[in-house]
Amino acid sequence: MEKEPLLRGFRIGTYVMAWMGLLGLTAAAVAVIRLQLTHFAVLVAIAIATVKSGIVVFFFMHLKEEPWIVKVMLLLALLALALIILLTFSDILFREGPDAA
Amino acid sequence: MTQQDNIREASQRMHASGNMGVSHRLDYTGSKMGMWIFLFTEIIFFGGLFLVYSVYRTKYALEFRSGAAELSLWMGAANTTVLLTSSLTMALSIAFLKNGRKGLSLVNQGMTVFLGALFLIIKYLEWHAHIEQGLYPDSPGLSSMNRGEIIFFSLYYVMTGLHGLHVFIGVGLVSGLLALTARGAIHPQDFIKLENGGLYWHLVDIIWIYLFPLFYLIT
Repeated sequence: MEKEPLLRGFRIGTYVMAWMGLLGLTAAAVAVIRLQLTHFAVLVAIAIATVKSGIVVFFFMHLKEEPWIVKVMLLLALLALALIILLTFSDILFREGPDAA
Repeated sequence: MTQQDNIREASQRMHASGNMGVSHRLDYTGSKMGMWIFLFTEIIFFGGLFLVYSVYRTKYALEFRSGAAELSLWMGAANTTVLLTSSLTMALSIAFLKNGRKGLSLVNQGMTVFLGALFLIIKYLEWHAHIEQGLYPDSPGLSSMNRGEIIFFSLYYVMTGLHGLHVFIGVGLVSGLLALTARGAIHPQDFIKLENGGLYWHLVDIIWIYLFPLFYLIT
C-alpha cells in the first residue's frame, strides 16, 4: 500500500481561520449593538448570526462535501421554516383590535 | 482519497474476509443522511420557539428591551466564545482521527467535553444570579412585572433551558464517543459515529449563535 501523506485532505489552517472569523463576527455584533452604530442594529445582529451559521455549516459540518441531495434537503427545511414565519407574520402584522401586534 | 473511498475500502476489506455481518455493514451516506434528517427536525423544533419569540417581540418591543437589560451581555458573549471554540475542537478531532492521529483526536474530543461543561457552568451561574434576584417562572418578583417582561423571561428560560439540555446531552454523547475512540471502536476506517456526533454538536452551536443576539443583543 502506498504511503499516504499526513493529514490528507485537511488543513488545520482552514478550521482555525473559520473559528477566528466566527469570533471576529461575534465581536462585530456586540460592537454594533453596544455602540448603537445603526438603527437597524437588530437586523445586522441577525444577519451576522446567519453568516456565522453559514461558516459552521459549510466548514465544520462539511456541507460542501455532502451529496447534492443533502444540500437540497437542508434548503427545503430552511424554506419550510421561512414559510412558517412568513405566513405567521402575514397574519399577526395585519390584525386589528386587542390581538393587534 | 475522500471519506467515502475510505469507507468503501474498509467495507471491501470486510467482504473479502467474510466478516460482513449485518451489524458490521457500513453505509456512510445513509448514516449521515439519517443524521441530517434528525437535525432538520431539530431546526423546526427550535424554529417554532424562534417564531413565538419573534411574534411576542413584535408585540412587546419595549418590554423585551427592559427584560434584556437584566441579562449579562458579557456572560452571553463568554458562552458564545466557549461554544464556538468547542465546535473548532470537535471538527479538529474528526480531522485528526481520519488521518490516524488518534491521540490528537482524543485530546480534542476531551477539549470539546470540557468546553461543553464550561458552557453549562456559566449558564448555571447566570440562572443562579437571576433566581437570587427573584426572577424565575411564577416568582413574586417576575409576576409583579408587566406582561411583556414575563413573556420575555419565560421564553428566556424555556429556550436557553432547552438549548442547555441539548448541550448536556451533547457532553454525554461526546464523552461516549471519546470512550469508543479510546477503545478503538471508532477508527480511521469507521468514524461515522464521531462525524454524526460532530454534526449534532455543531447544530447545537448554531442554535446558540441565534439565541445570543435574540436575548443578549437587544438595545
